[in-house]
Amino acid sequence: MKLSQVRDLLDAVVLSGESHLEEEVHSGFGCDLMSDVLCFAREDAILLTGLVNKQVLNTADMANMNSIIFVRDKMPSQEMIDMARERNLLVMSTKYILFESCGILYTNGLKGAHLR
Amino acid sequence: MSYELVFDVKRGDFDTAGEASRKIKRTLQQLGVSNKVIRKVSIAGYEGEMNLAIHSSGGRIVLQVGEEELVLTIEDVGPGIANIDLAMTAGWSTAGDEVRQMGFGAGMGLPNMKNNADSFEISSKIGEGTKIVMKFFV
Repeated sequence: MKLSQVRDLLDAVVLSGESHLEEEVHSGFGCDLMSDVLCFAREDAILLTGLVNKQVLNTADMANMNSIIFVRDKMPSQEMIDMARERNLLVMSTKYILFESCGILYTNGLKGAHLR
Repeated sequence: MSYELVFDVKRGDFDTAGEASRKIKRTLQQLGVSNKVIRKVSIAGYEGEMNLAIHSSGGRIVLQVGEEELVLTIEDVGPGIANIDLAMTAGWSTAGDEVRQMGFGAGMGLPNMKNNADSFEISSKIGEGTKIVMKFFV
């Protein structure tokens, strides 16, 4: 599905990287443990997390994951948004909890981005 | 070796941790290295950089770019690892709560570095430091 559809399904606010919204995405990885993202997530997937700090952006960037969705209404700081813009990362925030966010996207066809 | 980049990493500086890995990734992109190799080097380098910030008394990351391989060296000035076999065990970590709250300290760093590199060597001496040398074939 397109990232714009992800935004609509999760009723999310886009904070940076609007130019990515017309790109397609096929899988997602939901996790608050960045160590596991670096170990187990496939590239080009959406990262859904409730953890909000700069290392989330670094993790996504190093793992070639260009879109991040902060769940549970978590909002990154302006410094993080600026950093995301500089790195051309799409960042969104949704009111849904991690379980609901993943469930909504999975039900609509997104697969798990487990690196096998 | 035709190209070398050196980055110093300070202990406990989580505000700038990740900068070295980002610069390494951008450099490899500019050099036209394949995405597959860049991802492996970026992840291994970032795990190493976080380890320096979390566990070491300070250290440095050196990237050497050659015709056939990239060599990434992560070296610190202490405190050293008492039991390397234990440190290489997935899930084993000495990281504190502050680090875990950042999403790290799960004991996956060293195994993940080894997993991403084509060759991985680690040596350590208590009171002196730890040195990791990883090679990636391009």
